[in-house]
Parts: sequence; structure tokens; C-alpha cells
Amino acid sequence: MITVEALTKTYSRFTAVNDVSFSARAGRVTGFLGPNGAGKSTTMRMMVGLTAPTSGTATIKGRAFADLPNPGLEVGVLLDASAQHAGRTGREILGIAQRTMGLPRARVDEMLHKVSLTDEEAERRVKNYSLGMRQRLGIATALIGDPEVLILDEPANGLDPAGIRWMRDLLREYADKGGAVLLSSHLLHEIEVVADDLVVIGNGRIVAQGTKADLLAAAGTLARADRPAELAAALRGAGITCTLNADGSVRTDVGAAAVGQIALQSGIALVELRSADSAGLEEMFLELTATSQRDSTTPSTERSAA
Amino acid sequence: MSTATIERTAPVSRPARVHEPIPMTRLVGVEVSKMFNTRSGFWLLASSGIAAAVATIATVLFAPKDQLGYGNFAGAVGFPMSVILPMIAILAVTSEWSQRTGLTTFTLVPHRGRVIGSKLVATLGVGAVSIALAFAVGALGNVIGSSIAGVPVRWDVSLGSAALIFLADALGMLMGFTLGILIRSSAGAIVGYFVYALVLPAALGTLASFQDWFASRQGWIDFNFSVGNLYDHIPSSKEWAQLGASGMLWLVIPLAVGLWMVRRSEVK
Repeated sequence: MITVEALTKTYSRFTAVNDVSFSARAGRVTGFLGPNGAGKSTTMRMMVGLTAPTSGTATIKGRAFADLPNPGLEVGVLLDASAQHAGRTGREILGIAQRTMGLPRARVDEMLHKVSLTDEEAERRVKNYSLGMRQRLGIATALIGDPEVLILDEPANGLDPAGIRWMRDLLREYADKGGAVLLSSHLLHEIEVVADDLVVIGNGRIVAQGTKADLLAAAGTLARADRPAELAAALRGAGITCTLNADGSVRTDVGAAAVGQIALQSGIALVELRSADSAGLEEMFLELTATSQRDSTTPSTERSAA
Repeated sequence: MSTATIERTAPVSRPARVHEPIPMTRLVGVEVSKMFNTRSGFWLLASSGIAAAVATIATVLFAPKDQLGYGNFAGAVGFPMSVILPMIAILAVTSEWSQRTGLTTFTLVPHRGRVIGSKLVATLGVGAVSIALAFAVGALGNVIGSSIAGVPVRWDVSLGSAALIFLADALGMLMGFTLGILIRSSAGAIVGYFVYALVLPAALGTLASFQDWFASRQGWIDFNFSVGNLYDHIPSSKEWAQLGASGMLWLVIPLAVGLWMVRRSEVK
């Protein structure tokens, strides 16, 4: 439903977004993942016409955003929950969206209920809202037109654990009903629990994309043994590169079957053997985006397998 | 027959709902409510009414009996209007950037020209109603003040000069609107307006008193000066031309440049 083709944004000094192409499909949650300053927000602003691309196109249901007659009814957008007039109440802000889209007044109360803002909170000025409440209000604004496409930039920022769970369920339900959700984050764990597809961006370029299942499969195998050093040595002896983590786990790019076979031949008892999943994906994420990271990371040894 | 043809050629590939474009009248309505529903906006509008009332009461209390007349009341209520209305115009534009509401506004309506256009209509509409109310408050003050003083009610403002005051206030609002679009920051645009309205007249006045070549051309160059004439007397055709020329310089060209910039700028 969202198609981004060769989107590029060049400022005088640097290229913020470089030849980015991907799509977000109906019925799926697409996670848009990248470290701070990777170009996620710039890409999203270009998708909704707030920033003019240097080149490339972004279309929603086959049309440019500016060609949508009443965009709020087709695309729900939340780019920054803090970008609201501090002097308006939550209800007034929703009311502006409701009136602009030409929706019945009752939608405002429906949405307040949906995002669990109480009547008392809705009458408060946004100045006195916590970030989590602003996110809820932003989600309500995005959903009020009952759109088929959602574009959300870091919507989980500032939400408490229960709020994050709520957001995840809401987006899942939304996609299951046939909507397309594009969701950005710089936190892998936040995205991998809800996303079906992943697009990873670093330094303005797409560094990986595909279904979560594919990317996880590519993330390798994690094994534990009573004697991890021996397992690592045996794997290396068989010509397989692997990393021995500080917590005693061994990670490798080959499949679980190969690791099990080698362990058997070497007479090493495995206590755990599984797909590396998030640990592997996180490592991949850090590696792929390494050049754009502000902080250099020492791969694998500092992290524990989640 | 023709209906059937249209139905048949309509694309069936997209089962989605067909949406009507957002009408301009709705956008203007939304912009008007946005001017009222913030605390700052509400008090700014309220203050224009309060200022008109205070100015009227002050005139009733302090003006000498023989000076009571609608001209003085209109002048008294007109001055606060000429200050407050441009502020209203400025904030209508700049809050989208200063408060960052533009992120939502320009996503719901991805045509900045339409948004700015509806802001302009809303601003001028609110301005016209405010000025009319101020005139009405002044008229009430004139009737009450004259009856308290026991003098006959004098209506010494012609319809023509009332219209000119109206025009001058509207031009002041447009100046604020232009500065808002050019500067796109509430604080910056308000400072800009006060430089235009208070600092520049003094500077240009001094220049005119020392330099004859400027004094003879001031009307053509100094927009504030030309607008000021409207409060004073019915302009001659030369003064109208001066108003047009200086307005081109101060209002039309900056507005065009500002609109061009707004349409291209990045909303963050």
C-alpha cells in the first residue's frame, strides 16, 4: 500500500536519505528500523509531503500523498506526538482533525475512549500531558479517520510497559484487519515483537529488508554447552566461524543441524541449541548500522542473549 | 443512457471508498476555531473587546464635553485594534511553526497554499468582525457619554472615513500576516511587526525631516506613512497611487516571496 522508490534527500552538506526503496503491504506491520539520525524521520516526512524529496517518489495506494483528496481518511500519520499546540486541550486537538476530515463529532469521544484518555484528561491542556498521553492523543488523531494505512514515527516513545503492550496489540489488530502499518523505531526489541516485515536503514541507506522470518533465519544459530570453549574450537576446526560470547553461548551463522552434528562428533553435550533470533538480529542490526553508530560497540561480548 | 456509460467506465479495480476533497469553507471554519481555542488566541481576541470597552469608558470619563463625538470614540477604540489585530494575524500563521502544529495541519491538508489561503480569509473575517464590534462599542459609548454629559449626540465620522479606518486596520493585519509568513516564528514576527510599526516610522520620519529628496518621495516608499494617511483624511488620487506603490513594496512582494518559501520549506 505504501511504495517508496529511490527516495533521496540531499541537503547542502550531506545526503540524509540515499536511494531508499521499500514497500509496506496491506495486512502487515512493517518495522522501519535504524539508529538515531539514520534518515527514518526524513523518509517519513517525504512520504507525507512535509519534506520535498531531492529525487524519487513515495506513493500511497498508488497515488502521491498530495493527490489524496482527504488524506486523513486514507492515511493516519503520527510523526511527533510533541508537535501539538500546548495551549489546546486534547479534545480540541482531536476536534480539529475531526472537523478537517468532515467526520461526525461523536468520533472524538470514540477515539478518546479507544486510546484510554479519560474525559478529565481530554479537557486538560496538552502542556500538562505526559509524553505517553501525547502519544495516545497522537494515535487517536491518526486513527480518527479510520484510514487503511498508518505511518507512525517512534510511537512507543514515552509509553510505559503497559502502554507499549497496548500499542502493540492495537497495531497487530489493525494489520490483521487488512491495514498497512509502517512503524519506525530505533529499538529492535520494540519492533521485532510486532513487525512482520523489517526495513533496516543506516546512514540514509537501506541495509537490509525482508520478512522478519527471513531475517531471523539469516541471523544464525545460538548454542550452549557445558564446555563452550571446546564447542567453539570444534566449530572452528570444522571451518565454521563462530563467536564465543561472554555468557558462555556460542553464535554462528550456520544452521542448527550443522552445529548439532559437529557437537555430536566431538562428544560435546549441548544444553541449548536454537535459532539466534533476537540476539542474532540485534547483532546484525548493530553490524549493519555500525558505520552510522555514534558509539562504537564491541560486538557480541557485551551483550547477553535475550 | 449517459449515466450508464459513466458507471461502466468507472474504475472497479479499487474497491476503496471514494473521498470528496476538503471544501475551502470547511478549512476556513477550522482555521477560525483554531484562532479561538488556544489560551493565547482566546485572550488576544478577548483583549481586543476589553480594550475597546476600556477606551470607550476612558473617553466618556475624560474627554471634555465639547469634544464628545463619534470621531473621538472611533479613534479611541481604533488604536488598540490597530495593535491587536496584526498580532492575531501573526499568531494565526506562526503558531503552525512555533508550536509545530504544522506537522498535523499540512499532513491533513497537503496543499500549503490552501491552508494559508484559508488562514487569510479567517484572519480577515475575524478582523472585520472585531473592527465592527469596536465601532459598535464606540457608538454605544458615544450615545451614553453624550447623554451623561447632556450634550447632543454627534456623529462626526462619515461612512467614507469609517471605511478608510476599516481598510487601514485590514492592511495592518495583512502586514502582520505577511511578516508571519516570512519569519514563521511567533517571537520573531511580533518583534518584526513592532519594528515596522514603531521603530521604522520614527527612523523614516527623521530621515524625511533632514533629507528633502526622501520627504518628497516618502509616500511612495513608506507604506506605514501611506496607511497612516487613511486614518487622517480621504486620500487624493496621488495618495491612493502612493498607497498602491508602497503596498507593492511592503506587502505584495514580501507576501509572494513568503508564500513561495512556505510552499518549499520543510515542516519539522
